[in-house]
Amino acid sequence: METLIEVQNIIKIYKMGEIEVRALKGISVEIKKGEFVAIMGASGSGKSTFMNIIGCLDRPSKGEYFLEKANVNLLNKDQLADLRNKKIGFIFQSFNILPRTSAIENVELPLLYNNSISNKERRERAYNALKSVGLAERTSSLPNQLSGGQQQRVAIARALVNEPIVIMADEPTGNLDSRTSYEIMEIFQKLNENGITIVMVTHEPDISQFAGSNIVFKDGRIITNTSVKERKQASAELKKYQN
Amino acid sequence: MRIGNILKASSRSLGKNKLRTFLTMLGIIIGVASVIAMLGIGEGSKENIQASISSLGTNTVMVTPGTISQGGVRLEAGSSQSLKREDAEAISERCENVMFVSPVVQKGSQIISGSQNWRTMVMGVFNDYFSIRNLNIQIGIGFSESDDRSAAKVCVVGQTVVLNLFGENVDPVGQVIRINRIPFKIIGMLEKKGQNAFGQDQDDVIVAPFSTVQKRMLSTTNVNMIISSAKSEDLIENAKNEITELIRQRHKLTPDQDNDFTVRTQSDISNIFGSVSKVMTILLASIAGISLIVGGIGIMNIMLVSVTERTREIGIRLAVGARSRDVLIQFMIESVFISFMGGLIGIALGILVLELIARFGGWPITITVFSILLSFIFAAIVGIFFGWYPARKAANLNPIDALRYE
Ligand SMILES: Nc1ncnc2c1ncn2[C@@H]1O[C@H](COP(=O)(O)OP(=O)(O)OP(=O)(O)O)[C@@H](O)[C@H]1O
Ligand SMILES: [Mg+2]
Repeated sequence: METLIEVQNIIKIYKMGEIEVRALKGISVEIKKGEFVAIMGASGSGKSTFMNIIGCLDRPSKGEYFLEKANVNLLNKDQLADLRNKKIGFIFQSFNILPRTSAIENVELPLLYNNSISNKERRERAYNALKSVGLAERTSSLPNQLSGGQQQRVAIARALVNEPIVIMADEPTGNLDSRTSYEIMEIFQKLNENGITIVMVTHEPDISQFAGSNIVFKDGRIITNTSVKERKQASAELKKYQN
Repeated sequence: MRIGNILKASSRSLGKNKLRTFLTMLGIIIGVASVIAMLGIGEGSKENIQASISSLGTNTVMVTPGTISQGGVRLEAGSSQSLKREDAEAISERCENVMFVSPVVQKGSQIISGSQNWRTMVMGVFNDYFSIRNLNIQIGIGFSESDDRSAAKVCVVGQTVVLNLFGENVDPVGQVIRINRIPFKIIGMLEKKGQNAFGQDQDDVIVAPFSTVQKRMLSTTNVNMIISSAKSEDLIENAKNEITELIRQRHKLTPDQDNDFTVRTQSDISNIFGSVSKVMTILLASIAGISLIVGGIGIMNIMLVSVTERTREIGIRLAVGARSRDVLIQFMIESVFISFMGGLIGIALGILVLELIARFGGWPITITVFSILLSFIFAAIVGIFFGWYPARKAANLNPIDALRYE
């Protein structure tokens, strides 16, 4: 498979006045197209920092980052915005959907910043994305009328709507119970089968078993990068709940 | 992002905070309305003053003793009370561009008729005075040259004087009144002229032959002023120069001496008042303009609050691919919308206020396209100027910092 993400010796230093926090101390990793990677590690080990950099939300202090062979460091702000808009779908632990804005309008948001899409097409694609996460009935619901799992599914639909090549999810199930987490994993596995690359941070060893490989962070470094031997299937796990 | 979608996003976020949007707008509304009202009142009174200056007469040229320095301060007033009746007669004889001339003396006097008494201004003038000031006699006759020669104790009265001495609808002609104890016979009554722009009652006057007033009531040969009119509007300046030359000669002034009198035309006078009311208008409008700037600061304040409040929203928008420009435009449109809407409502309110002032206060007003455009453009500039900084602040946010903002 082709390489999608390649980072070489990435260092991230946060400066807070006099104090310097070295959040990443030299990360090198390669993620291929179609992979489903789970990132694990203790709190504060730099997982989110890493995700933000490969999600083009932040820049590394040092080191190279190639997305589809293109050097991301050389891109300007607007080009990064376009990458986030067209190639990357980002999912947050805290959902980050607009309050007081209906589900479908939240999903439409990325398409608003894509001038090649007509108003009609935008509606259609947003509806289809909501349908694919099982929320076809809730298009006009406001966030405060939705459960946590449903809000996260709105966020997933929003990440999907621009048909990205990669989905980056930072603890997508962190605020959800295990059954709802499995439902999210079911969606992820389906997307992954359809060829979308997924990079996901999780604290739960249980959840990491749905991915194809696990990368473990410690103290700003990668300590292991292993493939998952007995990969769990979310649909099978969910069946257990139905009994 | 397409402009239509940006507009929608901006109007939604304004709509979510209707009260706040309205209160912010109120600053602009009041600012624009007061600019329009102030300009309207200023312009209106200017036009009114111009109108009453032209009611002073047609093509009038006035000569007063003493000089007026550039700042409007009267100099050497006491030393040069030098205009005489003969100056007026000389103008009448020698100035070709002059149609009518009259010297004017005046004295505030106590008038008694039977048990009634009234204080008013008694003017001593030539016959020509009536023509210069466009005064018409409604009942009776004016005085003649022989009345002047004999210093006849006759007079023509204004209607306010008649009202106060005799009551309403009384024909005063033939009555005898005492002016400073001297009995005068009323031979005519003037047509009503009403108030002028300075609030003076133009009907509160008694006009008598020049010699009568000068010889019987005053103990000086000086006159208060000489009033004349040019033959036509085009000849006003010529008449002014002619009169100036003539009086300089008569007063034996050498070329290095300044005039000891002042010649003013009607347009000189209207220029003086014009510049006074211009200053007033500018003053009023700038006070109103300041309130518009305060309104702008209100916009800036609210937009800054809004940017802070919506930092996460901005972060989300940036995270899904908004460019800084998209965020900038979204916030700019919000502040520009507030100032535009505020401007429009302010214009409507300002016009309404002016109409009310005109209707119930009786003040003269003028609404000009200029004042409407000026205040609207000013409001728009205020919106753009004060909206720019908060919008820049929003657009320059780093996506990850914005998302992490609590
Ligand atoms: N904006 C910031 N400013 C300063 N320090 C930061 C900032 N963001 C993260 N850090 C520091 O960088 C280190 C890594 O943080 P990071 O959020 O990447 O950890 P994490 O692995 O995601 O932890 P968690 O599992 O708790 O989410 C931490 O020590 C953190 O305090
Ligand atoms: Mg984290």
